[in-house]
Amino acid sequence: MAGDSADIVRLDGAEKHFGAVRALDGVDFHVGAGECVGLVGHNGAGKSTLMHMVAGTLVPDSGQIAVRGGIEHNYSVPRAQQLGIRCVFQELSLCPNLSVAENTRINHPALRGLGWRRKAADLIAAKLDEIFPDHSISASDIAGDLSIGRRQTVEVARAFTVTQDPLELVILDEPTSSLDAHTAGQLLAFVRRFVAAGGSCILISHVLGEVLQNADRIVVMRDGKVVAADAAKAFDRDRLVTTMGGAEAREKIAAEIAKREAGPLRVRARPARQEDGKQLVANAGEIIGLAGLAGHGQTDLLLAIFAAASRAKAGIEVTAPVALVAGDRQADGIFPQWSIAENIGIRSLARLRNGLLISPQREAELAEFWRGKIGIRTPDLNNNIFSLSGGNQQKTLFARALGSDAKIVLMDDPMRGVDIGTKLEVYDLVREEARNGRTFLWYTTETEELDNCDHIYVFKNGRIVANLRRDELTEEKIIQSSFGDAA
Amino acid sequence: MTAASVENGLRSSSTRRAAARARMLRSLLPALSLALVLMAIAWLNPRAISYFGFSLMLNLAIPIALATIAQMFVISGNELDLSIGTFVGFVGCVTATWLKDAPLLGVAVLAGSIGVYALLGALIHLRNLPSIVVTLGMSFVWQGLAILILPKPGGKAPDWLLSIMAFKPPLIPFPIIAALLIAAVVHFGLMRTSYGVILRGSGGNAAALERAGWSLLRTKIVLFALTGLFGVLSGMALIGITTSADANIGNGYTLLSIAGVILGGGEFVGGRVSPIGAVIGALTLALAASPLLTFMHIPPDWQVAANGAILIIVLAARVLISRRER
Amino acid sequence: MTSLRMLLTKPWIWSFLGALLVWLATIAFTGGYGGGGMITAALSLAVFTVIVGVGQMFVITLGPGNVDLSLPANIGLASAVAMKVMDGNDSMIAVGLLAALACGMAIGAANYLLIWALRIPPIIATLSASFIIQSIDISYGRGLQIKPPPGFADFANWQILGIPVLAMLTVLFTIGAAIALQRMIYGRSVLAIGQNIRAAWLAGVNVGRIRFFTYTLCGALGGIDGALLAGYFRGANVDIGNEYLLASIAVVVIGGTSVAGGKANVPGVWGAALFLVLLLTMLNTFGVSVGVRLVLTGLIIVGVITAAGGQKALR
Repeated sequence: MAGDSADIVRLDGAEKHFGAVRALDGVDFHVGAGECVGLVGHNGAGKSTLMHMVAGTLVPDSGQIAVRGGIEHNYSVPRAQQLGIRCVFQELSLCPNLSVAENTRINHPALRGLGWRRKAADLIAAKLDEIFPDHSISASDIAGDLSIGRRQTVEVARAFTVTQDPLELVILDEPTSSLDAHTAGQLLAFVRRFVAAGGSCILISHVLGEVLQNADRIVVMRDGKVVAADAAKAFDRDRLVTTMGGAEAREKIAAEIAKREAGPLRVRARPARQEDGKQLVANAGEIIGLAGLAGHGQTDLLLAIFAAASRAKAGIEVTAPVALVAGDRQADGIFPQWSIAENIGIRSLARLRNGLLISPQREAELAEFWRGKIGIRTPDLNNNIFSLSGGNQQKTLFARALGSDAKIVLMDDPMRGVDIGTKLEVYDLVREEARNGRTFLWYTTETEELDNCDHIYVFKNGRIVANLRRDELTEEKIIQSSFGDAA
Repeated sequence: MTAASVENGLRSSSTRRAAARARMLRSLLPALSLALVLMAIAWLNPRAISYFGFSLMLNLAIPIALATIAQMFVISGNELDLSIGTFVGFVGCVTATWLKDAPLLGVAVLAGSIGVYALLGALIHLRNLPSIVVTLGMSFVWQGLAILILPKPGGKAPDWLLSIMAFKPPLIPFPIIAALLIAAVVHFGLMRTSYGVILRGSGGNAAALERAGWSLLRTKIVLFALTGLFGVLSGMALIGITTSADANIGNGYTLLSIAGVILGGGEFVGGRVSPIGAVIGALTLALAASPLLTFMHIPPDWQVAANGAILIIVLAARVLISRRER
Repeated sequence: MTSLRMLLTKPWIWSFLGALLVWLATIAFTGGYGGGGMITAALSLAVFTVIVGVGQMFVITLGPGNVDLSLPANIGLASAVAMKVMDGNDSMIAVGLLAALACGMAIGAANYLLIWALRIPPIIATLSASFIIQSIDISYGRGLQIKPPPGFADFANWQILGIPVLAMLTVLFTIGAAIALQRMIYGRSVLAIGQNIRAAWLAGVNVGRIRFFTYTLCGALGGIDGALLAGYFRGANVDIGNEYLLASIAVVVIGGTSVAGGKANVPGVWGAALFLVLLLTMLNTFGVSVGVRLVLTGLIIVGVITAAGGQKALR
């Protein structure tokens, strides 16, 4: 099997754990010469982890990787580059202070000596001309001055430039996410030409049409596993959606939400980029879902609502105190030097005071109450927050918000990388708190979580595009409106 | 869809043009401030705009420009050197003593001090240390060493150094030629060579650089060694002008050099620096500090304040430019 | 035994151990002579470093890039202001102290105004502010030969049973600062901002107000310090605050406060200040020259930060 030299790259039984989270669970994956492989799956399905392994930026915990039939024992980024494997990552990796030509130089050690500037400029200009004929980018433009879309075209073009190392396989991770339709079409046409000329490509995209039309073979991932891999012709849009979502395996969360009287208004908000009259409305006691693909303006709206709670803001009305549960725990939520109790108490300091001083006893009581209520598993709440598993850290953030005086709780995709047991416990608690009159605005990338919501707003490109009641909710409907490329 | 894409294209090209315009305005700011200071001097005292006037007024500009360039190298790697002033003083003391009396020892000591800078770069990278604190500590060390070498003001510059600094070329005063030369050499080295790109990239997006296989340890060592090298040049130039040394002679250079880099359009983070701008910034400070104030009959007490005020005005102008362009 | 082990985990204990070691080395050298006097002298001098060190500690705790470089200029100007307002007159002592305090607070507030309005890093803001303050001081304090009122000078040098009264008051003040840091909303907020400014904002901390208050506080402490220094040394001069830039940062670092922000430590400031002052005394006793003293001080700071570095591993 490993001797099949028609494969550019082959992974067998690749596994990867991040702490308690199993990101990849024994994946077999291969790309043949002259083949374009489409890779699809929801956020957190393991696509990016898999691609980092192919590019050499992550080493699998177990399993092996072979390039052109030869097993690689010390696979790394420089080795991957030598072997002709390039990657355009989702996060932009241009230096904003350098020109387009200088950014090209960074990926090509061979561009040096006299006249390197000319050579680098010609190299990138020629490739830009080839892929995006009407690009209007100059090699002397400073990367930081370019719009995000143009930066993306530069990065794609840079990945296809060749000096001394060969070019065998290019991984394109959401290459069209910041491109307009015209430019995206140019890129995909180039990919087809590249593949027809014998090159290989891995195409990751949320726009299913792109994958269906341009890939030779499609691999579907879910929960760290490959769940389907077949010729592209064997798939149609519906089959992809069902395979990705796994609707057949899901048990619907008990539909216990009874009809309620709508309480008083808590939040009324219109996204900054909304052009029509659609707006988000949340009343007391409601759980409102914010759906759609990741990064389409849901978090921005939550942050705008959060900011509007302390300082008046046009287009947003907030009538009660707000707390936020962060999804990106490290960046937005956790105070790494502090104990679990201190991490819970920070949002409620004013209430924990005894005179001028914060009462350690009240702080401990608050933490103790929520340890019981939300089930934070720890022998001692005075331990550092990092003594907890990821799921329990997330529960701590929930306890911080729910233990506060906030009547409105914003949740920014808070279940990222959290185990299913924790999720179910938190779902119950959220519904219970809503019955007691709290309002929840819940952004989630996991469609099944929307079953907990009374009302769902679907976002696309920073705008609300659909507004569904719970009884109208189907996964297909959300995916249709958030991809929107069928329309 | 096409209409949207056309609109998108228009919007992005116009924002790009605006960004480029803002950047150009910002890069003109240093030259503009220098021109303003020069004009003020010409208006207040027309005789100053002459060969001898410039030789006199720009006397101390060369060491300031060199120290500013030294500071610029660490800043392009997102670090800061708070010890450059006392280091210039240390170099001055070595120059006025050992370099004259025992040239071999002097050269070895100066080369060794550049090596110390390289080591500091490695230490800061490997242990992930804040450069402010490390260089603050080093400023004690350099000052102490300077006092050990030259407990009392004195010493004498080597004759060859004196004759270099006293050079009187025809037509254009020496300080101007020297400033042009420094700006040209450093601009070529940092902005034009292929490794200069890597050095600046390490300040712009270190992660991307590492992903492309470059050693961040090496870039940091190189940047700190270059700071050491230009610090040495600055100290030597200073002694060539003042002819004798004093352990405290360079103390003001730490603040001057940082101010020069910022005045010259450099930014604290992100690898955005400009060698030409830095030299212009140093010249502006050198002129604004004493000659201009003397001509304006402002007591020398306010020299330092003038530097601070210029810095604040330029930063405010920068904020205004970027705010209007947004 | 366990309490001893507990004690050893405290980051501030090392600075006190260092101070003790230096003291023992010195009295071993003098054969036990002058040990008590040395402590008295060390306490009187350490006070001035502790006061500004606490201010600098709160600023540094706000997170990477936060530091107040205007302290020396601030101390210089405030000492001149205090002396001029007091004008050698005992009845004006309180007014003079208030004037110095107001002067320092104004400088701190101006620092934050620059940071906020020009969106520039605190280092540059406080640096350019210090340029201007320095000039104001030079111009304002020119030829200023005013002695402090005798009552104030006596107060600054007053000792009870060999313990400087100023040191006792400063101990009280630092206890207050430690309580503010750990038990008050203000301190908690500073620690939260220093660990993660974005998370602090999202957890409801009023980031702008806390930063403003912190810079103003640091400025105020610099102002008070200036007045007290002028009283202690019986006169103000422009260079009176010069050594406190390095000293204020050094005591924060040596005392176990994290330069990465979010972790602060008040007792350590005392330990480190005593350590630095005693080190100076020791080197003087040994007859070491100024040069060696400076080199050793610098190497110790670099050594301590190197040993304490690598804090990112904690995350």
